[in-house]
Amino acid sequence: MLEIRGLTASIGEKPILKGIDLVVPDGEVHAIMGPNGSGKSTLGYVLSGRDDYTVTGGSVTFNGIDLLDMEPEARAAAGVFLAFQAPIELPGVNNANFLRTALNAIRRAHGESELDAIQFLKLARAETKRLAMPDDMLKRNVNVGFSGGEKKRNEVLQMALLRPKLAILDETDSGLDIDALKIVADGVNALRSPTFSALVVTHHQRLLDHLVPNRVHVLAHGRIIRSGGPELAKELEKSGYADVLAAAA
Amino acid sequence: MSATAEILDSVQSGYKWGFETDIEMDLAPKGLNEDIIRLISSRKDEPAWMLEYRLKAFTAWKQMAEPEWARVTHPPIDYQDLHYYAAPKKKAGPKSLDEVDPELLKMYEKLGIPLKERAILAGVEPDPNERPQIAVDAVFDSVSVATTFRETLSKVGVIFCPISEAVRDHPDLVKQYLGSVVPVADNYFSALNAAVFTDGSFVYIPKGVRCPMELSTYFRINARNTGQFERTLIIAEAGAHVSYLEGCTAPQRDENQLHAAVVELIAMDDATIKYSTVQNWYPGDADGKGGIYNFVTKRGACRGERSKISWTQVETGSAITWKYPSCVLIGEDSVGEFYSVAVTTNHQQADTGTKMIHIGKGSRSTIVSKGISAGRSNNTYRGLVRILPSAAGARNHTQCDSLLIGDECGAHTVPYIESRNPSAKVEHEATTSKIAEDQLFYCRQRGLSEEDAVNLIVNGFCKEVLKELPMEFAVEAQKLLAVSLEGSVG
Amino acid sequence: MSVVTQTGAAGFLARYEALKDRLPGDAAVRAAAAESFRVAGLPGGTSARRIEAWKYTSLRPVAEAVFQGSASAAGAMAALPKMNAPRLVFVDGKLQAHLSDMVPGFKSFADQAVFGGLARPDRDPLVALNTMLADDGACLRVPAGVDAGVIQIVSIGTGTAAFHPRHVLKLEAGSTLVVLETAIGEGNYLHNPVTEISIGSGAHLTHVRLQDEAAAAFHLSTIYAEIADGGTYDGFSLVLGGRVTRTEIHVRLMGPKAAAHMNGAQLLSGAQHADFTSVVRHDAPHCNSRQTVKNVLGGKSRGVFQGRIEVARQAQKTDGYQMNQALLLSPDAEIDSKPELEIFADDVKCSHGATVGELDAEQLFYLRSRGVPDSEARALLVRAFLVEALDLVTNETIRSILEQRVDAWWERQAA
Repeated sequence: MLEIRGLTASIGEKPILKGIDLVVPDGEVHAIMGPNGSGKSTLGYVLSGRDDYTVTGGSVTFNGIDLLDMEPEARAAAGVFLAFQAPIELPGVNNANFLRTALNAIRRAHGESELDAIQFLKLARAETKRLAMPDDMLKRNVNVGFSGGEKKRNEVLQMALLRPKLAILDETDSGLDIDALKIVADGVNALRSPTFSALVVTHHQRLLDHLVPNRVHVLAHGRIIRSGGPELAKELEKSGYADVLAAAA
Repeated sequence: MSATAEILDSVQSGYKWGFETDIEMDLAPKGLNEDIIRLISSRKDEPAWMLEYRLKAFTAWKQMAEPEWARVTHPPIDYQDLHYYAAPKKKAGPKSLDEVDPELLKMYEKLGIPLKERAILAGVEPDPNERPQIAVDAVFDSVSVATTFRETLSKVGVIFCPISEAVRDHPDLVKQYLGSVVPVADNYFSALNAAVFTDGSFVYIPKGVRCPMELSTYFRINARNTGQFERTLIIAEAGAHVSYLEGCTAPQRDENQLHAAVVELIAMDDATIKYSTVQNWYPGDADGKGGIYNFVTKRGACRGERSKISWTQVETGSAITWKYPSCVLIGEDSVGEFYSVAVTTNHQQADTGTKMIHIGKGSRSTIVSKGISAGRSNNTYRGLVRILPSAAGARNHTQCDSLLIGDECGAHTVPYIESRNPSAKVEHEATTSKIAEDQLFYCRQRGLSEEDAVNLIVNGFCKEVLKELPMEFAVEAQKLLAVSLEGSVG
Repeated sequence: MSVVTQTGAAGFLARYEALKDRLPGDAAVRAAAAESFRVAGLPGGTSARRIEAWKYTSLRPVAEAVFQGSASAAGAMAALPKMNAPRLVFVDGKLQAHLSDMVPGFKSFADQAVFGGLARPDRDPLVALNTMLADDGACLRVPAGVDAGVIQIVSIGTGTAAFHPRHVLKLEAGSTLVVLETAIGEGNYLHNPVTEISIGSGAHLTHVRLQDEAAAAFHLSTIYAEIADGGTYDGFSLVLGGRVTRTEIHVRLMGPKAAAHMNGAQLLSGAQHADFTSVVRHDAPHCNSRQTVKNVLGGKSRGVFQGRIEVARQAQKTDGYQMNQALLLSPDAEIDSKPELEIFADDVKCSHGATVGELDAEQLFYLRSRGVPDSEARALLVRAFLVEALDLVTNETIRSILEQRVDAWWERQAA
């Protein structure tokens, strides 16, 4: 699915990622943990193609194609989905309209027919119902006036509709209560299949209780300093990053 | 005289309405003098009082100077180098659509204007069962060539006809109201219009009547070196309701063309007039060559208690737009509204806004202006809110937002707020911003192209205004915004 | 002082002709200014030509007044705010050495008449008038890195004098200065000062102006300031006096991270007319400008606010904000407000707001229901209305001087 080799990236002159090697096989969920400022969010942005980040070295292949050469929308069409840590507000842009435009853009890229308003609404309502979201979520402007929890749910709704191959969850669990956390986890679990993988960036074990990862990686100072099974997350929860950091130093 | 037969390549510039129609024209010689005015008046079989009105206006105009306060620049206009009358040749006036020149019908078909009754405006997904019907008055250069649904309307007493016809058939109404909202010498362009106006629409809604369908006028400038001076007069008697739409396009030409219209609205007690414009005159090419000079005076008088006049405009065209649809709120508790989207790209200049003059007690007004500047254009909101001492308890709220796309354009906000009544409350807010990088990225991450993302964000920015348009127009306006901004990003 | 009986622009020009050989400084600059003034005249006073910058203020009363000469300044002196800071006292525009303190870095304009490059006599008619006739003023230079503390500049107008002082404030890099300018007087004089201010890199000027001129006087002041990178201009004007007055401020932000605040409060009554006009021009990226101007208008007074934020193409990341609010206390008062944005850079955050209304009836009722008498409740709300603008003045002594004047103004209204 995803193969990252020696990836380095910077913002302006400042190097953030200093050589990431990571392979996420088909159908697996990997968790990325690490202290603040370790480059976790940068990894998500670089994989999805944000302009402000410059890739200075290394490669990323996604199902055999070179991801780094592609525009953000082409990556989205290829199946990369980034759930934002702080979802962006789009004043005046109706959520349903936004989602339909996005879905149809991706369908077009795949040579599929576009959905009309009625077809789309049917699909969207089914998802909001499944995710236990109020219907008016679709009528409201994208993320405008949404509570923190609503914004995160909206990200999950988008993910459910766009059906990505790779979901990158950038601290989607931060600031969520336990019910919302479960919705996020269920959202990802529902997509789990041999052709879906996920990179879950998180601080907490809590989410990983509901969303059991195949592998856990610790990112610090722009590098992956340790990888392990789900038990690594539990260990970190108990003893913090200090020991791992010291061991790697 | 025949207009030149050339279909200009409109695809190149993105202006899809830039073709020219080859049709036999009756064209007055160039120049402006009393003889030309007499000629216009006689071509229209006008009564003597109308000619007098025109001549008086011409005398006033000669004493006046072009206004200089707007933020627009253009080379001097040679008013003697224009044709003031251009009409398709005809035997007698067409009584029915069958008599309209087929070339003209073809043109309106191409523009998507329904001159067949029961037809609909273009740009709309067809759904014939639910679509409301729209009556259309089509004005081609100096004359109205067709007005649809007149019979249906006359059954409920609504008069909808070319103003030149109203001058002949309803002289009392025209005499009473023409120039009563925009006096002859109100400004340079209104005086010019009063002297030489050729056609436009006349609407009269009798007491208590809710007009059964949307009325619309479609203006088309075709002939070369021709000014278009249309005049529209809408009167809504007590308790009447009407929604009126206008659209405008012109062929693509290298020289500038002048359009100086005057629109007057009168609303009596409890009457409502909703006036919507989608202005898409040819804006000139990417280098600023050609395009329409759009110098327009639009004003409504809320004469009656609880009367309401609402202006909605989407301005994407014209090389220069100079336009301030206004409301004089005379009646107690009368309401004025102005909703505007103005888009400028390339070298376009827009100086547009409104005036809300509060005279009546408890009068209220709302102004929402959204300006979008791209390319090397300049986009100015200019608006006046004036509260007179009599307007106790008056309210105004103004919101002006500007969006800049690219770093070679300008966005300007020039509000004038004048209050002379302590119990009145006036609030004005203005912001300027650009499309945020993170908004663009968010959309692109979800699979939207950059252009689609910009369209989506721009439409969101304009939503408060677009939602005021009748649905058919809103769809067309959204598409127009997208076309106008094509190529301005990236 | 020569006696001139001619009124209007002609009177001032005649005075210039009579005095021009004796006036200090560059004669060519004066001659050019005189020519500009001859063409422009007094806005609204001598010609019917409408100038957008003077849309709401006519100087016809100035043009019709006869300016002949001085009277005693003794009475007005008593009304000076008490403050323990070195002061420079000018009577009818002339420095009074015996009333003034030693101020380091000070030279009088009479001794060192240098016209700066900021003033625009070619564009602003009153600045042309000033440049043509200026004969004294305060020139202050604060050397790099020095904190020059607080300095007072006092103007006392008398009789029917017309005076055109020229002030120059120059703050070198990293220096700090607080100036309290007070304008008072007795009579129907014309006070037409021009102040040129340059603020060096990282320097900070706090410029507080208390305009409490005589009720029949004219006060027409123009300030130009340019601010280098990291420099700050904190300006506050309290306008209380005068018959027809204008406070015009032009600020240019020249270097990155420069900042300007141009707050003001105008408290008017009777038939007073006061115009507060400002232009802030962002010429460099990452600059910040903030402005809050309040008008409190009683009687038949008329308040005018014109404020423009200009953002040049290169001034990306500009943060500009402007708020203008008016309280109308009487049915005959009028406010005219024109807040303008002129923006040529796309990556900016600019906004302005304006509100006009009367005292909030609900707030008033709330206070009264808690036992606060009506007039006290009104005073409280008016003071609260002014706080946002006054908060810029952090020097406690100066702040309390301003607050006392506001309270005194209110007491005069209530009486």
